Amino acid sequence: MLLPAMLVLLCGAAAPEGPVLVPEVSQHVIHVEQGFTGADLLLYGAILTPEGQPVDSDYDIVVVVEGPPRAVVVREKRQVAGVWVNAASSRFRSAPGFFAVASSRPVAGIVDARTASIYELGLSFLQLSPIGSIDPAHEAPFARGLVAHMQRMGLYHEDPQAVTISHRVLYQARIALPSSVPTGDYTAETFAIRQGRVLASGITRIRVDKQGFARLIADRAEHAGLAYGLCAVALSVAMGWIAGRLFARV
Amino acid sequence: MDVYLPIANLAVNGLVIVGLGALTGLLSGMFGVGGGFLTTPLLIFYGVPPTVAAASAASQVTGASVSGALAHARRGGIDYQMGAVLVAGGVVGTGLGALLFQLLQALGQIDTTINLLYVILLGSIGTLMAVESLGAVRARRTGLARPARRRRHHPLVASLPMRWRFYRSGLYISPLAPLLLGMLTGMLTMLMGIGGGFILVPAMLYVLGMSVTVVVGTSLFQILFVTIATTMMHALTTHAVDLVLASLLLVGSVLGAQAGAFLAQKAKPDVLRLVLAMIVLAVAVRMALGLGWQPDEIFTVVVQ
Repeated sequence: MLLPAMLVLLCGAAAPEGPVLVPEVSQHVIHVEQGFTGADLLLYGAILTPEGQPVDSDYDIVVVVEGPPRAVVVREKRQVAGVWVNAASSRFRSAPGFFAVASSRPVAGIVDARTASIYELGLSFLQLSPIGSIDPAHEAPFARGLVAHMQRMGLYHEDPQAVTISHRVLYQARIALPSSVPTGDYTAETFAIRQGRVLASGITRIRVDKQGFARLIADRAEHAGLAYGLCAVALSVAMGWIAGRLFARV
Repeated sequence: MDVYLPIANLAVNGLVIVGLGALTGLLSGMFGVGGGFLTTPLLIFYGVPPTVAAASAASQVTGASVSGALAHARRGGIDYQMGAVLVAGGVVGTGLGALLFQLLQALGQIDTTINLLYVILLGSIGTLMAVESLGAVRARRTGLARPARRRRHHPLVASLPMRWRFYRSGLYISPLAPLLLGMLTGMLTMLMGIGGGFILVPAMLYVLGMSVTVVVGTSLFQILFVTIATTMMHALTTHAVDLVLASLLLVGSVLGAQAGAFLAQKAKPDVLRLVLAMIVLAVAVRMALGLGWQPDEIFTVVVQ
């Protein structure tokens, strides 16, 4: 995940005469608190030549938002003696908890597969780092299963129409985060691409954090299990008892 | 009404959860079962992670059984001696259940095991209840008395050593039998997020042969303490108890339980048991379809 970003930075430094991309994001910190139902990230920015002029020809924009990487186990169900059971599994070291790709048109028309996989410009180009087996024929169905599962959860998506470019200078993209987004550090990378080559790129960082009551509860549950459990028990006993007393009189 | 569940990491419609609690509360008030066997699968179906669903449903069952147990205690419908033995077994059972849970989770077979347990337990108990209550309904219609049961309790129970007198239950049996029964329900509570009342009540009646007047009260007494132990076990090991989710379920279920208790006085008991049998069988069939016909998802993802 870091490697493409570092490459981009190196390339950016090596070619000062290319256009400059200035990315920005509507929220650098997303607070997950009581009543959180998801967030709509607006990613926008400008592309200019070093002289401050609009770039003289058309280009495409691809925005990749990636959540914190996690190690996961993907399990496949198979029918054994008539019963569907988890029969095979595969481990991946770094499956992002969230992954979204927005572009101004379908990525297949913007870059070739090689460039797409270098910059992870699409769900089929995710670098999941499988653990153990190095047989791609074995890993591929699990990787596809993982992506399909995360898509159903709303945590992975691709939208080839989500980026609009105005007057070759300004671009904007909207990416929806569902309420189930994992907390942690996110990166949003923006690529300006022309004729299959990355002209310029920029990176912004976003932090998703639990706040207030939600944070208190999650923190207590994790670090003060005994007190938290006693709290849950006291709450349930008290509510059952109060309801019993109230209605016994009616 | 959108509510964010901080442990499940999910926004849900709070009214749906309260409604779900009310539905299971209604069942518990009408039938004296905790209703966990319905809450857990429905929560999972709604998108709540299975462990969080089971852990939070346990505290709902606690709430639902408190008022019932109190009501029975006032009428002298609890055999505390028997209850204590059952609770002791139940607490040991939750500990064993927690170990089993971790083992199965590591093996990747926890979902299949839970679903299989649901199908086997709900299927067999639902069928038994349906047959029994149909017989009772038919006997009432035809006016013929059903043949009396020949034996008090199961011969295996009588063969266990070290007998105790349980005065309120009217029994002179070995405490090992209720201890084992308590352990079994404790394990199931930990694994499935159920109170175990629908297993405990028939077992107390037909295996132990307890006096009918103390069966429901003693079962609620055991469920109360075993679900408390389960909530604590989850809070300490899986950290999966969602207080917000549990509170929403509790609000619904304590209200539903009162409404259910009111309805139960109006309806005929054998018809009630038949309705419960149908609900139990419906859940079992739904689970069986997932196991035998087509699972909801072929690929599942677990974060490590």
